[in-house]
Amino acid sequence: MSAPHPDIPHVAEARNVDWYEASARHRLTTLLDHGSFIEFMGPTERVVSPHLDLFDLPKQFDDGMVVGRGQFDGKPVLAAAQEGRFMGGAFGEVHGAKLVGLLRAALDVKPDAVLVLFDTGGVRLQEANAGELAIAEIMRALLDARAVGVPVIGLIGGRAGCYGGGGLISGCCSGLVVSEQGRISVSGPEVIETNRGVEEFDSRDRALVWRTMGGKNRRLLGVADAYADDDVESFRAATLELLASPRAFDLDALKARQHMLESRLARFGDCSDAIDVWAKMGAEQPTGVPDLPADAFQALVARIAKEHGA
Amino acid sequence: MTLDAILASLFPGGHSVTTDDRGLIFGTASINGGRTANVIGVANRSPLGIDEAASLSRRVLELVESKADGPLIVLVDSDSQRMSKRDELLGLSQYLSHLAQCLQLADRGGQRTVGILYGHTAAGAFIATALATSVLVALPGAEPEVMDLPSMARVTKLPLDVLKEKAKSTPVFAPGLDNLAKTGAVHAVWDAKKPLAQQLAALLASVSGGDERDRLGRERGGRPKAAEVAAKVAEAAARASAGA
Repeated sequence: MSAPHPDIPHVAEARNVDWYEASARHRLTTLLDHGSFIEFMGPTERVVSPHLDLFDLPKQFDDGMVVGRGQFDGKPVLAAAQEGRFMGGAFGEVHGAKLVGLLRAALDVKPDAVLVLFDTGGVRLQEANAGELAIAEIMRALLDARAVGVPVIGLIGGRAGCYGGGGLISGCCSGLVVSEQGRISVSGPEVIETNRGVEEFDSRDRALVWRTMGGKNRRLLGVADAYADDDVESFRAATLELLASPRAFDLDALKARQHMLESRLARFGDCSDAIDVWAKMGAEQPTGVPDLPADAFQALVARIAKEHGA
Repeated sequence: MTLDAILASLFPGGHSVTTDDRGLIFGTASINGGRTANVIGVANRSPLGIDEAASLSRRVLELVESKADGPLIVLVDSDSQRMSKRDELLGLSQYLSHLAQCLQLADRGGQRTVGILYGHTAAGAFIATALATSVLVALPGAEPEVMDLPSMARVTKLPLDVLKEKAKSTPVFAPGLDNLAKTGAVHAVWDAKKPLAQQLAALLASVSGGDERDRLGRERGGRPKAAEVAAKVAEAAARASAGA
């Protein structure tokens, strides 16, 4: 790594950035080694959505997706970040295609890793068909990259969470980092409520949303592989940890995953709330899990993992 | 076409394909040249939740492990993903994603995965089944959609009437087979009046290589920009890498 430029604050200080509040570009530039990020098809190229005019909606010159290359801990990586503040980070045609292109490039470029900073409500409904298909293409390209040995790490902790097809893509990663603020789910709270009624899921019950879909439950269940505080430095440390032993994409790895998913059904299939799941896991005070500070929560994760070998 | 009629037309040489009480399809069939095709799927517009996804992925992994080499046919007439507190609580995203990964592993291992969309499908269930196959065909009357219009109305905060009006004139957004086919999601719509076995044999004999859906989407006018954007980003990445 090159020494930090004298004009900028110390690197550690520069990474004292609130992940949840930061923009996509700010997350990327601070996560990667200082000054190393080079963006592809950036906003100056003005590649915008061809579909939003039909809805009289404003366009953005990057369509809410930032892609490029950089160094991470001194090694070459490709990286992408979704801008949750533009249309909820949703996948449209251009937005999705930028990530498809980046992942396809990984087959030839063979970076040390691809990092994907999710922040998405799922498919952009105004261009739903293109967005849905983009998600399928991203999953295929992502798994093709993993199959040739390029690890893909997902990072989730933004305003929009990681919903819909974004949740499915995140599940394809070699490893997933989540913060407390990161929510991972397929159907969002409002969609469940619209389809099944408020008795099934009350989307206005924020505590219910967080304990069901939020980062703590996702980490405890093993949906995510690492837990980070809500700052760039913590996400960076967790990503480095996952890159030390990324999950393979092969029969053995998928058999292990199958076993994990079936065991979860057997153990927790009759639970009706996250509190019940955490109690069964052995949390001493399951109702207190949402209030646990990060270090106490990490200790709980470690203890449960040790007891169940999961 | 009913599932029974489809199976009879697809597999005139006989099959053991059945549908269980959860709407999951499992079985094997004889196809051209004495080969065996394996079959999985979702029938009766059933929702795809964590239990169903785990059963389907288990079967796909068994086939990979047994080194099955015939095609793997994925028949789809599903609801969306099951929208419930329980399924989301236990990590539905991971179960659906795992199913898609198992299908891709099977394809990489030599079992060509062929999706046949013969009914409805939507949202996450669509991505984890039909769209996770290496080639997807549809039968006339198939009804894919990304999201039902009432849910779209809730999420987009647009009135349902306005959405219904726009759905009539806007292919990139509106539900339906023709619109999905224009994006390149569907390789071909089969002719229900001709034997499906012949159409399957022709499809299996055709060259398979890479993900051509964005190219199809450009040719058919449903996705004007995707192929070009992906190619340009990939070129930029290759250039930057070469220059580094």
